Amino acid sequence: MRPRYIDADKCTACGLCTKYCPRHLVDQYNEGLAITRPIHIDYAQAVPATYFIDPEACLYLKHGTCQICVCTCQSKAIDFSQKPEEKELHIGAVIMAPGFGRVPDATLAKYSYGQHPDVMTSLEFERLLCASGPFEGEVKCLSDRRHPKRIAFIQCVGSRDLGCNNGYCSSVCCMYAIKEAMVAKEHDPEVEITIYYMDMRTQGKGFDAAQKKAESMGIKFVRARVADVMPWDKNLKLTYSTMDGKHSFEPYDIVVLSVGLDAPADAKNLGEIAGFALNEYDFCKTETFAPLLTTKPGVFVAGAFQGPKDIPESVTQSSAAAGLAAGLIVKDRGKALVHKTYPKEQKTGTDEEVRIGVFVCHCGINISSVVDVASVEQYTEGMEGVVYHAQSLYSCSQDAQEVLKAKIKEHNLNRVVIAACSPRTHEPLFQETLKDAGLNRCLFEMVNIRDHCSWVHANEPAAATQKSMDLVRMGIAKARHIQPLPEQTVPVTAKALVLGGGVAGLTAALTLAEQGFHTTVVEKEDTLGGHLQHLSFTLQGDTVSTVLGNLTDTVKKNKKIEVLTNTELTQVNGFVGNFSSVLTTTKGKKTTETTIDHGVIIIATGGREHRPEVVLGNPVEYSEAIVTQRELEKRLSGKGKNLAPKSVVMVQCAGSRGDDLNYCSKVCCNHAVKNALKIKALDPASQVIVLYRDMRTYGFAEDSYRQAREQGVVFIPYTMDNKPKFKSSGKKTSVTFYDPILRDEVTMNPEVLALSVGIVAEGTEEISKLLKVPVNEDKFFLEAHVKLRPVELPVSGVYVCGLAHSPKPVEEIIVQAQAAAAKASIPLCKGFVSVEPTISCVDKETCIGCGLCESLCPYQSIRITKDENGKRKAETITASCKGCGICASHCPVFAISMGGFTDEQINAQITAFGAK
Amino acid sequence: MGQAKDKKSGTVMVVGGGIAGVQAALDLTELGYYVYLVEKSAAIGGAMAQLDKTFPTNDCSL
Repeated sequence: MRPRYIDADKCTACGLCTKYCPRHLVDQYNEGLAITRPIHIDYAQAVPATYFIDPEACLYLKHGTCQICVCTCQSKAIDFSQKPEEKELHIGAVIMAPGFGRVPDATLAKYSYGQHPDVMTSLEFERLLCASGPFEGEVKCLSDRRHPKRIAFIQCVGSRDLGCNNGYCSSVCCMYAIKEAMVAKEHDPEVEITIYYMDMRTQGKGFDAAQKKAESMGIKFVRARVADVMPWDKNLKLTYSTMDGKHSFEPYDIVVLSVGLDAPADAKNLGEIAGFALNEYDFCKTETFAPLLTTKPGVFVAGAFQGPKDIPESVTQSSAAAGLAAGLIVKDRGKALVHKTYPKEQKTGTDEEVRIGVFVCHCGINISSVVDVASVEQYTEGMEGVVYHAQSLYSCSQDAQEVLKAKIKEHNLNRVVIAACSPRTHEPLFQETLKDAGLNRCLFEMVNIRDHCSWVHANEPAAATQKSMDLVRMGIAKARHIQPLPEQTVPVTAKALVLGGGVAGLTAALTLAEQGFHTTVVEKEDTLGGHLQHLSFTLQGDTVSTVLGNLTDTVKKNKKIEVLTNTELTQVNGFVGNFSSVLTTTKGKKTTETTIDHGVIIIATGGREHRPEVVLGNPVEYSEAIVTQRELEKRLSGKGKNLAPKSVVMVQCAGSRGDDLNYCSKVCCNHAVKNALKIKALDPASQVIVLYRDMRTYGFAEDSYRQAREQGVVFIPYTMDNKPKFKSSGKKTSVTFYDPILRDEVTMNPEVLALSVGIVAEGTEEISKLLKVPVNEDKFFLEAHVKLRPVELPVSGVYVCGLAHSPKPVEEIIVQAQAAAAKASIPLCKGFVSVEPTISCVDKETCIGCGLCESLCPYQSIRITKDENGKRKAETITASCKGCGICASHCPVFAISMGGFTDEQINAQITAFGAK
Repeated sequence: MGQAKDKKSGTVMVVGGGIAGVQAALDLTELGYYVYLVEKSAAIGGAMAQLDKTFPTNDCSL
């Protein structure tokens, strides 16, 4: 452990030290585009919020001089005596998540990177766009600070490039380039932006829609290869060649290189230390059906080190890896946890005397350089209920917490008002101190005189001080009415229900069972395996039937898993931790109903192959000669001779991406390449032509795409303005398409026409109604947060994985299933669900049972029940209420109040505002 | 950072404090394990902390 040279307990992150530190340092956080100091913090929101000293640049640590920071720091946090430490840890499992590395600068040199300041990497451009970046979000040329008029993005820099030994696709660059282009366009709508690409790989959920939006904003997409970028007068000259063989050049002010993700620089070292193998590109080596296992037992991998990937997929892998690690050492669960204990909460009755303590914070000089803190503090003297008031230099510092605790005891305070910064960042800290002092944490009110006063009114100190007084007066007025709120928990039935017996459902069930939880798997068909039963081999060469056989056997043998085939979910009652479901099994003419109690639900109901009847405007009659990729795969993996057709034309996006379905199914390009390679393996003389819009063989599948081209598979792009035409008469099928290289129409009569059809959701609407969870416009389930909660649904205790979430390859389905199971096991492990105290509460006397609240609640957390007299009354489901307040604000008879935000409290606050 | 009570069992080490490492660490603690989150730089957050916005919703990355 390297020293920070700053005592983390004392540092309040006020920033004074950085202001006084005399030495300059290149700011790595801003990609070297800004200057910082040897003593600094990377960004204001950094965790831990402790500054640190760069020992290589510090004048004291390097030359024994200076030490200005020591006398500047008012909380005496600088500690030059810190030394590097070594620690030996005994651990049960390891998760490797070292991320990704940088593509070497040498790869970027042909685009004049390093020679011209206006050629920059996408990460440098990202910093330029950012409000906390070098020009506070203003986009300027680095050469002469002018505003750019024309910006170009070059895709696939350091990816899909054997020149730098990165044969793979980095899977994220198309998305971030679109994002950066859109943000730049928002900054300056006049700027012209062109993105030069090979294939637009926006295959993720909702990604195509974002690309269309970018196009509608006027961002140009040009399919071309960029030869070079050269300085040209004040500008840059970008030379490119298009599919038709034409060479052209354009002038630009800024050229952004969409640089790929390399393996982490220390990958080899990590592999050697931990004893796991790397793949040919120095990413972690894994298998299709065990995507998060390294070659070393007990060491798991997650994130970009497993293969280049975006944030949601990294987050999903992390949850999955956490679940796998937890399953491995399940016997030791809870053994090492450190539980915090609090003193017994003192009772604060409604009729007890209100004793308020007010603490006004200087925040170093953050508040006090503008607001007259002493006057604000004095202003509270004599206010009703205020028995103590004080100032503090940093009310968030560790010693200030001790003072706060002591003053609560000394003055017998039962309400605390802190006038400081934002409750968003600091409320939990102060509430924790209240709990330590034996007070209910809701007996607390925070007034934000930093963001709302000293920051926004920095040039009007008198007005800022007056506003601070107003806000403090209002806070005190509210504090007089605040009441302790109970910390509730709701018990959980430690069992799970998994809907769907495909690879997603089975994997989820196994992950749950490994953690010791009884799981019921419900499958509506009579066999397990779902979609995977129709596949024979994978792109990576696995034999699907073997893997699936092993999986179903393991599930069937596991005593914690109960499998119900020919069964569907027909009714659900209850809420997180306490569901009760009716399952209906149909065998022949006999139907039986079973009711089970469980704490969580995982939806893994899958999807099905889309069979469009019209493809790209051509009516389709499926036959032996016109097949889907799945049917072609079946033929290719059969027994006997002449499995491979003599000639095949494959049509990508058949029915997808705006043809019939609006989205990309993510798997069809890989499927086409897989079948093409199989045909070439069976009969190298066979002619295979793939007509495509964008080949989306992202990640390491790019290798297979390249291999297919090397083996003579011909890939020809088509556009929606010039679609392939096909017709069949008798056994003969003819396909006509435009060849951009020949610049002419070509007609062929292939033995087989293979359509790369997509995947559609199946049965999601019924389940959506049963569980009251939303689906998107394409009928796939809509997750709680696309980036950070990718396997959770908005209703607590309900999770999703597999094709029911969106189309994706089997490797990603397995990870998602493991992640859903890990997330679902959290409430099961705990045995209870904690209820936030600030939730809604219905006054049954006043409630008229209109049901408006029930229909509006986005979390299904308020419901209408009948009271003992048979009258309709609303009732909050405390276990899943998120405290958003929608019900309270819409109740026509004011029967609903929000904990911590009652009408009485808010009215008192408003009255105090006018009172002066 | 407190020390785990029993150093030998019930602990997991997560190498890397980017979004992947942080998420894994958070989930592991919720699942009942003590986590050592190891990060080589001075703050957790990794590459995501350098991003201005995120695709496709353009939400703030921090």
